[in-house]
Amino acid sequence: MLSSLTLVLSGQAGQGLKTIETLIVNATKQQYHVFSTTEVMSRVRGGNNTVEIRISSNKVYAFKDKIDVLFLLNNNAYDRISERITDQTLIFGEIDFLPDTVKASLGKPYETLSIQSLAKESGNTLYGNTVIFGFISGLLNLDKAFGKDLLAKKFGSKSENVLKGNHIAYELGYVKGQKFSHVNTVKTCYDVKENKIINGSEAIAIGALAGGVNYISSYPMSPATGVLQFLASKSNEFDIIVEQAEDEIAALNMVIGAWYAGARAMATTSGGGFALMEEAVSLASITETPAVVHVAQRPGPGTGLPTRTEQGDLNLLVYAGHGEFPRIILAPGTLEEGILLTQRAFYLADKFQIPVFILSDQYYLDSKAPVTPVTLDEEALKSFVVPSKKNYLRYKFTENGISPRSIPGFGDGLVKCDSDEHDEEGTITEDFNVRIKMNDKRLGKENLILQDYIAPELVGPKNYKKLIIGWGSTYGVVKEAIESNPVSETAFLHIKEVFPLHKSIKAFALDGIKIAVIENNARGQLADLLKLHLSIYADERLLKYNGAPFTIEEVTHFIKEVF
Amino acid sequence: MSPNIKPYEFKENKDLAWCPGCGNFMIRDAILAALQELDIPPTKVAMSSGIGQAAKMPQYINTNYFNGLHGRGLPVAVAIKSVNPELIVIAEGGDGDMYGEGGNHFIHNIRRNPDIVHIVHNNMVYGLTKGQASPTSAMGFVTPVQVNGVSNTPFNPIAVSLCLGATFVARAFSGDVEQTKSIIKEAINHHGYALVDIFHPCVSFNKVNTFSWFKNNTYYVDDSYDRKDFQVAMQHAMKLDKYPLGVLYQDKTRKSFEDQLNIYEKNPTPIIKRTRNLDQVAKLYRD
Repeated sequence: MLSSLTLVLSGQAGQGLKTIETLIVNATKQQYHVFSTTEVMSRVRGGNNTVEIRISSNKVYAFKDKIDVLFLLNNNAYDRISERITDQTLIFGEIDFLPDTVKASLGKPYETLSIQSLAKESGNTLYGNTVIFGFISGLLNLDKAFGKDLLAKKFGSKSENVLKGNHIAYELGYVKGQKFSHVNTVKTCYDVKENKIINGSEAIAIGALAGGVNYISSYPMSPATGVLQFLASKSNEFDIIVEQAEDEIAALNMVIGAWYAGARAMATTSGGGFALMEEAVSLASITETPAVVHVAQRPGPGTGLPTRTEQGDLNLLVYAGHGEFPRIILAPGTLEEGILLTQRAFYLADKFQIPVFILSDQYYLDSKAPVTPVTLDEEALKSFVVPSKKNYLRYKFTENGISPRSIPGFGDGLVKCDSDEHDEEGTITEDFNVRIKMNDKRLGKENLILQDYIAPELVGPKNYKKLIIGWGSTYGVVKEAIESNPVSETAFLHIKEVFPLHKSIKAFALDGIKIAVIENNARGQLADLLKLHLSIYADERLLKYNGAPFTIEEVTHFIKEVF
Repeated sequence: MSPNIKPYEFKENKDLAWCPGCGNFMIRDAILAALQELDIPPTKVAMSSGIGQAAKMPQYINTNYFNGLHGRGLPVAVAIKSVNPELIVIAEGGDGDMYGEGGNHFIHNIRRNPDIVHIVHNNMVYGLTKGQASPTSAMGFVTPVQVNGVSNTPFNPIAVSLCLGATFVARAFSGDVEQTKSIIKEAINHHGYALVDIFHPCVSFNKVNTFSWFKNNTYYVDDSYDRKDFQVAMQHAMKLDKYPLGVLYQDKTRKSFEDQLNIYEKNPTPIIKRTRNLDQVAKLYRD
């Protein structure tokens, strides 16, 4: 019996892969755990894009290299992924999608599936995607009535004929697919039937809503735009001001202006856009204005690989902005963390009056799964804004180092913020002593931040001899690799608050424990930070920077053969 | 300073960081008088500025302010106004700050039409960095950097703002505090984006465009001037021998940026005074 089945749809941009993905994933979760992720080229039409859908009887949230069932959707869909085929891979496609020489070299017969003719048979060649949905539903023995319901929801508002045609297409596909249902030996499981399918972008946007976001200003940039679009789609319902800024510089300055006046604001961007925001990050710090920025990583430098994934911008965030000041970086590894950490980001930004970053990546954002319902934190909505009295001092020196923050028009006082060094009132000063006190006040927040540190998660045996440390989107793949090797002595530590690093992490990496750090970048940026800040030395660094996420096979190989 | 301390003035004498004779002093007098005469409480005003000698203005006016980054006074101002439309918001800075470093924000915020006043001190030179060309410097103007004279065409903020659909365009001269004050008052009362470009001399670094130069090279549009007429405004804006002063254009028909925000169409309550319901959020991830 298979523990999981990996299906891949390979086609070109503009073929509607996303639509098929959504239908299949929603139908599948009625009977299985499911995970899907996409990898696309930076183009609107053509090229080669793929969707991977994994079904399992257990929670699954990781990318697998080897494909069990492959659907070729055009004649350019095979070459780029040929290395992911095994002798066991079942390949479907139109008769001419593979040259005969390639067909002959396959371990299993090439299965001709004429989606075009089935679509035509159901009334319109446009129903091809529904044929595929039906076919996969048949192959997986999914509930037919439910699948048809999904189609009714999707096409019900169009003409009756359109829905009827789609239902016929689904049926035709289903019958063909059922003939291959022996391929699927994954045990059914109804655990996530009630859970909603969301992707990483939605998780972060939902977390922002839970953190009270009521203002977002951003400039579109892949892969960060999903968060902007999701919040825009909810802006009428949740009272959010959404403004597409003229550039990223404006975006973060607007976010800071919005917080200054009392909003809970955020920007979403990618590394290149964030680089433009850096001066404003520094501004947020000296004016002690909270700010939340979601940074969605993609491979750089420069334009890099715009639609692909990397964890290359941790250092960018750690050192962003001129001058010395504290900041917090949170990196979600699961959908649930995406919600909770983003909600937390708003609370922390408000509490400490500092910039807080949510650091994600393309792979995280574009991966979908059923989300386990989390309990939102009411405290996160607590506002730290106080009314001002007549002689209010915005930068008052206090015992704990935090000056109570007021906003314009809230009380009898005046709120004066300055990006020049300033005195307690907010007036420009060049007094050396005041400068030192103000700088110390700002830097002193780091100790307070660490008191609220978000603990890392340990996965695997408690008495481990080897420890893999990771952050962000590597969570799912390392967890699955560890848990599918129960005899291993290796555990996994997933760090959620990647900056500042808390000294308690040292307790996981005591002398005698072999340490590896896994990162989707070329140098091991977290590994370097662990060395610098906590004197944790990585014996191994498992790194990947070709633009793709780690696969189960790579991490498993590392644990078994290398580490 | 007058013997009676008014709300926007300070009890003690501030050490103003401007050169003696700088036009900024008179611009300050005009702003203070405008705010005082309009009888707006200082708690209801928020100023946003960039960096430069002009951008220091909020330091010397007793009200709320956010003195941010060079070039970025406008984005901050627009955000303040949109999250709390109950505030009167003034963005202020110099020609380099607002037309150079912040040029992109100048262009796009005119398109937005936020209900803010945008005061730009235009002395055709960089003051704080000591005498380099500004976007509005005249061709041939010699500076420590433009040693052979400025070769770029001077930026024409009046014409540019008109072309972009600005709903209030004015130019003042700091030498005339009374007129400058009334123009600023009109700008504050205008519902929408209001540009007030103010000519003023830089006594330290601009020996060409002096007080008397501005006096001799400007004229006020007269009583017959129709500020609703875009074509006429453009004709005056394009005059390069003498420069027009006064309110050159006003369009009262366009909705402001904030008016067009869906959240304020049905409910005028500032967004910062509304609350979030977590049960409603949780519905987004529960099927």
